[in-house]
Amino acid sequence: MKLLALETSTDACSCALWIDGTLQERFEIAPRQHGTLVLSMIEALLAEAGLRLHQLDGLAFGCGPGTFTGLRMAAGVAQGLAFSAGLPVVPVSSLAALAQGASLLSNGSATERIWVIQDARMGEVYHSAFLRAPNALVNESTVPRLCRPEQITPPPGDGRWIIVGSAWSVHHLALAQALVGCDTEVLPDLRYPHAADVARLGVDALQSGRTVSADQALPIYLRDEVANRPATNQTPF
Amino acid sequence: MGDMGNDRCVLGIETSCDETGVAIYHGQRGLLAHALHSQVALHAVYGGVVPEIASRDHVRRVLPLVREVMTQADITPSDLCGVAYTAGPGLIGALLVGAAVGRSLAFGWDVPAVAVHHMEGHLLAPFLEPNPPSFPLLALLVSGGHTLLIDVEGVGRYRILGESLDDAVGEAFDKTAKLLGLGYPGGPALAALAESGNRSRFVFPRPMTDRPGLDFSFSGLKTCAVTTLRREGNDPQTRADIAYAFQEAVVDTLAIKCQRALRQTGRRRLVVAGGVGANHALRARLTDLVAQEGGSVHYPRLAFCTDNGAMIALTGWLRLRAGVREPLCIRALARWPLDTLSTVSEP
Ligand SMILES: Nc1ncnc2c1ncn2[C@@H]1O[C@H](COP(=O)(O)OP(=O)(O)OP(=O)(O)O)[C@@H](O)[C@H]1O
Ligand SMILES: [Mg+2]
Repeated sequence: MKLLALETSTDACSCALWIDGTLQERFEIAPRQHGTLVLSMIEALLAEAGLRLHQLDGLAFGCGPGTFTGLRMAAGVAQGLAFSAGLPVVPVSSLAALAQGASLLSNGSATERIWVIQDARMGEVYHSAFLRAPNALVNESTVPRLCRPEQITPPPGDGRWIIVGSAWSVHHLALAQALVGCDTEVLPDLRYPHAADVARLGVDALQSGRTVSADQALPIYLRDEVANRPATNQTPF
Repeated sequence: MGDMGNDRCVLGIETSCDETGVAIYHGQRGLLAHALHSQVALHAVYGGVVPEIASRDHVRRVLPLVREVMTQADITPSDLCGVAYTAGPGLIGALLVGAAVGRSLAFGWDVPAVAVHHMEGHLLAPFLEPNPPSFPLLALLVSGGHTLLIDVEGVGRYRILGESLDDAVGEAFDKTAKLLGLGYPGGPALAALAESGNRSRFVFPRPMTDRPGLDFSFSGLKTCAVTTLRREGNDPQTRADIAYAFQEAVVDTLAIKCQRALRQTGRRRLVVAGGVGANHALRARLTDLVAQEGGSVHYPRLAFCTDNGAMIALTGWLRLRAGVREPLCIRALARWPLDTLSTVSEP
């Protein structure tokens, strides 16, 4: 199985190529440079593997939540590449990709519990919880949400949560207060989802047929209130 | 792959503001297909374009429209020799959607891509019509964001002679329409209301016509509409009379400056494009003007005055044929001066 993955939902831009279980990745932390980097990364990965786009089996992209422009960059590129090469698309949660990256850090024998809390700007955070059984991929156990950090509540279930994501350093006090009494271990440096993890999750989805067509390669924003409606159409009289 | 034979076509994508436009232009056969999705209804409740809402809609609309025009034109990817997309000026988030999809399609199809200047697209739209003008010519671009008088020696050879120092004409139409209680965007509605206006009740000033120069200023006309409405009352007839006086002042001002520019440059052909170029009163006046001056005036069809993919496909085709290429990079510019474009040799 051959799959190309891209992830541009944060300040990091990354692309990865999965070929029958081996992964090559390009990863760069480059705010506002995604547009300059993403297609060159893909071109380089394909050239190194001696592959053309249409020889792939599918394309996965980090569909969010994350920065709106970054999500549309990923979705737009996924649409263009998938449509032109006739590939099925796998949208992969950017929170899941981050959780997947975190779960590879340790290789315990018990089920890991990973809680991703990403900064959403405007005083809010995106968060969702994931479980990972030994030798398995992460599995989302909640519905991803957007809330103010002081309003966050731990996911259901007992035991320690490994917290990852950019929200911890931005909203340290509010989160610490909201989570008093909750058993947590914080890994605040894990904040950038990687295309390699999008690829790992994407391959699984592709194998089980969870794909969409190119025009359904769309972002998941979570934040839907993006404008205030004026009360009435005001005239000066 | 990638040769620019006349027997192949260019896909054009426009996403600079609140319309998603996609079209296919063929080197010999001209425009093969075009499709448009307008977001006007989405933004109407906000009384103006909300950039984030615009970007979110573009990313849902572009690819279905690409499918649609390829079916309409009955072409396959192997008939394409390039992909063109608007890369500025405009709303940066909206532009980046077209750029991301367009640049990636070109990469996937292994054909060149070209970044098109939105206002060059407007300027060249009359070339989609029968009997297009030849160069050199004078262009009047009147849209929602621009008011430009341009001396055009050829594709990419633009000298800006005059521009608005404040509101663009379309913007002035829209703001005045809002004052008159018309919806957004109100330009066409204001023009319709002016039809029933009394021709002699109010006379608004012709801004900046009493001094030399080719620049414009339209924000004062809006203020003039406000004070007149306050003074005279807000009844339907007064609103119509104001609409008439406003439109008349705009049309007259544009005509005076066009006449000045034609005489100053010695050009004989006038091109009028951009959304306000759809205005009937303006068309009638400029048609009279060129008849009087002994020249010709060229408009795009009404549907290609406002934003559309056809003008981008055509402009892209001209630039691709001249060897202009966008590198493997997704980029757009919110601001992009028209007179910095590269020159393209005569067709
Ligand atoms: N018949 C008409 N009379 C007057 N104004 C009109 C008419 N039809 C459209 N307009 C105006 O044209 C403008 C839209 O034109 P267009 O789509 O070319 O502008 P834009 O794309 O928003 O701006 P720009 O091209 O400068 O970025 C609006 O302001 C609209 O009110
Ligand atoms: Mg326009």
